[in-house]
Formats: sequence, C-alpha cells, structure tokens
Amino acid sequence: MSQTIAEKILAAKAGVDRVAPGQIVDAYPDLVMSHTATWRSVSVMKKIGAKRLYDPDRLAIVLDHISPAKSEKYAADQQTSRNFAREYGIKKFYDVDAGIAHLVLMEHGHVKPGDLIVGTDSHCTIYGALGALGSGIGYTEVASVWVTGKLWLKVPTTIKITLNGRFAAGVSAKDLMLHLIGTLGADGCGYKSVEFYGSALPEMSISERMTMANLAMEMGSKCVFIPSDEKTKEWLLPRLEDPASYRPVFADEDASYEQSIEVDLSKLTPMIACPHQVENTKPIDEVIGTRIDQAFLGSCANGKYEDLAVAARILEGRKIDPRVRLIVTPGSKQIMLEAMRSGVLATLIESGALVTNPGCGACAGDGGMMADGEVSLSTANRNFVGRMGSNKSSIYLSSPATLAASALKGAIADPREFY
Amino acid sequence: MQDKITGRVYKFGDNVNSDIIIAGRYLIYIDPVKLAEHAFEMLGEGFPEKLRSFDILVAGRNFGCGSAREQASTAIKGLGIKAVVAASFARTFYRNAINDGLPIFECPAVYDAVAEGDEISIDLKKGVISHAGGEHEFPRIPESVAKILELGGLASYLKSTLELDREATA
Repeated sequence: MSQTIAEKILAAKAGVDRVAPGQIVDAYPDLVMSHTATWRSVSVMKKIGAKRLYDPDRLAIVLDHISPAKSEKYAADQQTSRNFAREYGIKKFYDVDAGIAHLVLMEHGHVKPGDLIVGTDSHCTIYGALGALGSGIGYTEVASVWVTGKLWLKVPTTIKITLNGRFAAGVSAKDLMLHLIGTLGADGCGYKSVEFYGSALPEMSISERMTMANLAMEMGSKCVFIPSDEKTKEWLLPRLEDPASYRPVFADEDASYEQSIEVDLSKLTPMIACPHQVENTKPIDEVIGTRIDQAFLGSCANGKYEDLAVAARILEGRKIDPRVRLIVTPGSKQIMLEAMRSGVLATLIESGALVTNPGCGACAGDGGMMADGEVSLSTANRNFVGRMGSNKSSIYLSSPATLAASALKGAIADPREFY
Repeated sequence: MQDKITGRVYKFGDNVNSDIIIAGRYLIYIDPVKLAEHAFEMLGEGFPEKLRSFDILVAGRNFGCGSAREQASTAIKGLGIKAVVAASFARTFYRNAINDGLPIFECPAVYDAVAEGDEISIDLKKGVISHAGGEHEFPRIPESVAKILELGGLASYLKSTLELDREATA
C-alpha cells in the first residue's frame, strides 16, 4: 500500500489503482471553482466554440473579488458570469453578497474529504482543511475542465509536518504558518503536497486549519491536508447534502515522505511577515513599534468568525489609535451575520473600525488602497509590493490578535500583553 | 512552435511574483497588448518599456509565484518576450505559461551563467541552451503536455481536439 493522501485522491480521480510521485495523470475533479475570473473562462468557451459542459453540477461560481462591482467594466463582467450561470443552470452560483469563494463553498457543504477541487485561485489549497485536494489553475484551464471534465496533474511528493505542544496565549495558527514560510521559504514546498499531523491537531479548530491550509500556499504547496477527525466530522456533517458522502481519506502508515518537519507550538512567538515577501518573516520583537496607517482584518486566511472574535476580545472597551484606519471585511455573509448576532461587529465598530461588506476586500485591492509611503498591517496572506495600492507603500502581515493590539497602539504591537 | 529561440536576455532574481508581473487592478483585461502596457510596472520607472528591447527573460527560483492569475504569462507574451528561462517556476505560472503558449524552460545553470544583455539560444530539439560557447541542458516538458505548447496554448489545443471529436461523431 504505502500511499499518501494526495496519491490516493489522484489515483481515485484518475480511475487507477495507484499512482507514484512524478507520474502525470488525467484526473476528473469533483468541483471546479471560478470566482470573479468566471467571465474570462466564459470567453474561452466562446473562443473555442464549445457549448456543452461536462457536468454543470461540478461547477461552483462565487463573485467575490471586487464585489459589488466598482466600475461599469466589472459590472459587465459580472453580468457575463451571472448570465452564464443562469443559461447553464449552475446550482452552486453565489452572487456578490455571499463572500469569499473558498469560505462560501466550505460553509455550504460543497467541499468534503477526498474531493479533488481546482479553481481560479492559488489559495484553493485551503480545501485541505477539510481533507480535500485543492489546487489553483488559470481561467483557460478552468474552461477546459468545464468542457472536458478533466485535467493533467503531476503526482506530487509529500512533506510531513508534525505539530506538538500548545500555542502560548496570543499566538495562533497564523504565527505558526509565518514561522514555517520563513523557515522553508516561498518555494520550500514547491510542487509538493503537505500533510499535517501531531498531538496538537485534534485541538485545533476548523477555522485554524483553514488558516494553515490557506497559508501553506505561500511556501509553494500544490495541495495541503489536515487529516479528517472528529472536529472535521462535527463541522461538516450538518452542512453536507448527503451525510453518507463523508468518507475520510487517510495516508497509509508506511507512506513515504520526502521530508519530515516537527514544530513545538509552545516555542512559537507572534510573527510578522515584512515587506515585500511573505517569506521575509521576523519574530515580533524585531519589528515592534513600526508605525502603521492602516490595519486590514479580513481575507480567506483570517477573515473568519474566530478571527474577528479574537480581535474584538482585545478591542472591547478600547479605542484604536486615531491615526489608524481599521478596515474589517468579514469573509462571508454567514460570518458577518454570526458576528452581528454575537456582538462582535458592534465591539469592532465601537472601537473605531470600518466594517465593509463580505468578500475579498482590500486584499484584492478593492477599497483600502494606500498612498505613497503608507504602511498597512494586514491579516491576509500576501504582502507583495503594490498589492494594496501604491508601489511605494508597504504591507506587513500578522495574526488577528497582533493586528488588534497594533491598531490600539498605532504601531506593530505584541498581543501577548492583552492576554 | 519553432525549433530554436534566440535573443537577448533580461535578468530577474528569485521569487518574482505574479502581482509584480501584472497588478490585480489590470485583471479586467485579458488582451496581451493591453496587459503588456502595465506589465512589471510595480518595479517603478522605466518598466515595462525597457523590457521591450529584450527577447528572453531569465529568472531565479520560483518565478511567477503567488496568485494563479493567467494574465501574468499573457502580459509577458504581450511584451514580445519569446521565452522565459528560470531556475524554477511556481506551479501555477508553469501551467499558465504552457496553456498560454509561452515557452518556458527550467535551467538553474543558465540563471547562474548569464548577465543582462547576453545572447542565448534555446534549442528545443536538442534540449540545450547555448550561451557564450557553453551548453546547458534543460529537462524536457512531458510529451503529453508539450503538445499543448506546440499548438500555441490550451485554447487552440482544445479547439482542435473538440473539432476532432465532432468529426468523429459526425
């Protein structure tokens, strides 16, 4: 036997007994996600003269980047996507009110263990939080999968990361991932699959697992897996249309790994990714006091309910530094509703935050643009030059707790003093 | 696709991400000419204009990392760049380049050897890149995938296979 999770899923989706790393297979994804890029895939279908979809029920479309439309061009493109979804009877279509595609699809039970999911977004790796193989592709290839039902995929080797110990108060999954990205580098897991294990995992929430599987893309991972357990089952079963379709996939005990890494969570401190590469990480002590003009709490990495709640706990009864613009963008409508009902949104607004509609928001350059020389702290997954405005502005990345503490001080601050 | 690609080299370092190649605000375009107007503009003054006088981009590790935006390879094609040689590519860029019909070659030795303005020649048949009298081998793209590149990209490849299907069922 001795197969990894990626090998088992790719073999199943290619209809063969087993596959080996390096082998190229034609695999049939269970789900093809397209977001704001949908209109581009529609244009490819037109260009090649294709009219039929392989299976409309395998398509999921979520209009998340730049939503609602901020110009006529965006409006026209969204109209193209909407019309396409109607014409082809796409049931998994979510309009501009829904939120970030990744979170919306998971919340609605469209992602389950063992699935193969491709989509027009590099952070498709996030689906590994629920045991699915998620990987990003371009819009032409999405159109190709729409029509043919399949794509070629190279079977990756796998890196095993074992997590033991417990986070200190104020340290979280984001800090773990920034630590790993800084240690392994932006291509440390390039073309490879990553499987997480260890005594720390059963205690980690689905929200933390999403942060991990999402950020693992920033070390080049092709796909990421957090093996399914009781937490996965408990979170997913009420969301699945057919609970009998919950069938976890595990690696064999003697599966072979290219590399094994162990991390003791108790030794980690809050981490910051400095401009303009995610791998440019530093322990918070080295950047404390760096002035910030903007703080962005959101994105598929850290715009989930737990992330908002962590920030609200620190901000409760306090006011942010008046020099800071705190922008909060809930990851999805469900998250926004939950935060509204629990009082988290009120706490954030009372502290001085601007709360926007759900979606990708400032992470995708939709609002929250920065001027020359400005500095933003962000809970998103990328700090590339110019991503949030001027190419003379800078982005630092942190956890939601560090972001909240920093918004209060007007400069990068250690969240541990609030615990 | 021709058997040989020859030209002057512009050299980048490691981890050139797809946000640098084409910023998110220009993803409203898919046209190569329009995208090329804004390619690499995040690098500041002179970009992208100065790249237009070069033929081949050479880069270090992890070229095209970050976003899965296909317009990164489209923008490079729009600049008139004939090929990209890198020590390694991010997987999304690698796929997108092939699907876009942009020839790419993984060859760390070339990255170490060349300087900006050097001329190199890529021999696709022999699988070597020549530079200053030296030859550097590069791993061939798997045959099944190379077919996509040969037909000028995935859209053309798909169009021709769909036409074959139609003829077969007609």
